Amino acid sequence: MDGSGIPGAGMVSVATDVRAVVASVVDPEIPVLTIEDLGILRDVAETQDGVTVTITPTYSGCPAMRQIEADIAAALRRAGFSDFEIIVQQSPAWTTDWMGEEARRKLAEFGIAPPTDEVVCPRCQADHPRLVARFGSTACKALMVCSSCGEPFDHFKQY
Amino acid sequence: MIASGPQGMAAKALSPEIAELVSYGDDNLVLAQRLGEWISNAPELEIDIALGNIALDHLGVARALYTYAGEVEGEGRTEDDFAMRRTEREFRNVLLVEQPNGDFAHTIVRQFFFDVYSQILWSGLADGDDNTGAGIAGRAVKEAAYHFEFSSSWLIRLGDGTEESHRRAQAAVDALWRFTAEIASDEWLARVSSVFETAGLAIPDDPYQRVGGRDGYHTEHLGFLLAEMQWMDRAYPGLEW
Repeated sequence: MDGSGIPGAGMVSVATDVRAVVASVVDPEIPVLTIEDLGILRDVAETQDGVTVTITPTYSGCPAMRQIEADIAAALRRAGFSDFEIIVQQSPAWTTDWMGEEARRKLAEFGIAPPTDEVVCPRCQADHPRLVARFGSTACKALMVCSSCGEPFDHFKQY
Repeated sequence: MIASGPQGMAAKALSPEIAELVSYGDDNLVLAQRLGEWISNAPELEIDIALGNIALDHLGVARALYTYAGEVEGEGRTEDDFAMRRTEREFRNVLLVEQPNGDFAHTIVRQFFFDVYSQILWSGLADGDDNTGAGIAGRAVKEAAYHFEFSSSWLIRLGDGTEESHRRAQAAVDALWRFTAEIASDEWLARVSSVFETAGLAIPDDPYQRVGGRDGYHTEHLGFLLAEMQWMDRAYPGLEW
């Protein structure tokens, strides 16, 4: 969060604060991850007209996007920003490649196997888990079971 | 176009670009509504959740396309205007997606035909010059591939399963084949034939095809679907969640 790439470089200190406010918003379904961790937050810019937040939607079927927009608005208002616009940018399409190492580690600690081709059990690290259901509790997850410790777990689908 | 909405708004003639976005939006919205009818009624819990998840993906694609169509048009129309305030004749979805769910085999065959079409459609548009359209297509193509894994594997299980499941899968193919001319291409036929071979299913001999969905001429099923889907917004104009 160094504020790089944010237009309006003359206001970097303020912009950094705004970015920190927005970046702290968490996913309503996976509260260990912020929207920055997930790669949903693309840009925060502050101009004379107010704050512009750009986000990219994840899975088409994810009903959390609307909640995330509302949570961003609420966080900005709490921090004293009243003039803002939230832009939903469709392109480039979101991908789980935008999820960093730190985010993947937090996800695994939370008990959800991070997106990858070679899924390991988030509890005992055994490989080759069995796919139970391709479609899980939310649009982003599939249900798997560990072939070593026998525990079921969610896998964050690779997109 | 002489159809008129309940608020007295005349139906609009759309530019080709907007019409294309809206027609793909209509495909996805109508199929989402059909799949939603399975929720709480599917053969088993995992299938129930799968069909509901697939419906949500299609609904999400429709919402993105309608929103974008409204932006391109620049007259302030929202996703709800496209979904809830157009008549049957203004919908441009292909006839396949409005066909009733039938039994599980019918739903799987319909989904399989559409998933093959979607993969081809979205992979073409994902590389296109239209940035926003390419972004929507870029997500949708991954979802279509994921849906295809589900529908094709079930089609193979049904076709290559018991005598009864094979009979029902072939009956569904025979019933729905007549609605495939609107989505078929050489590539589509090659992919479908390849799965049919594994599933032990046959393409019907009867060459009869129904078309017209892209021009707003629908089978009798769409009107009933829209009546159910749109009645709340029609009864309480401007209602918000």
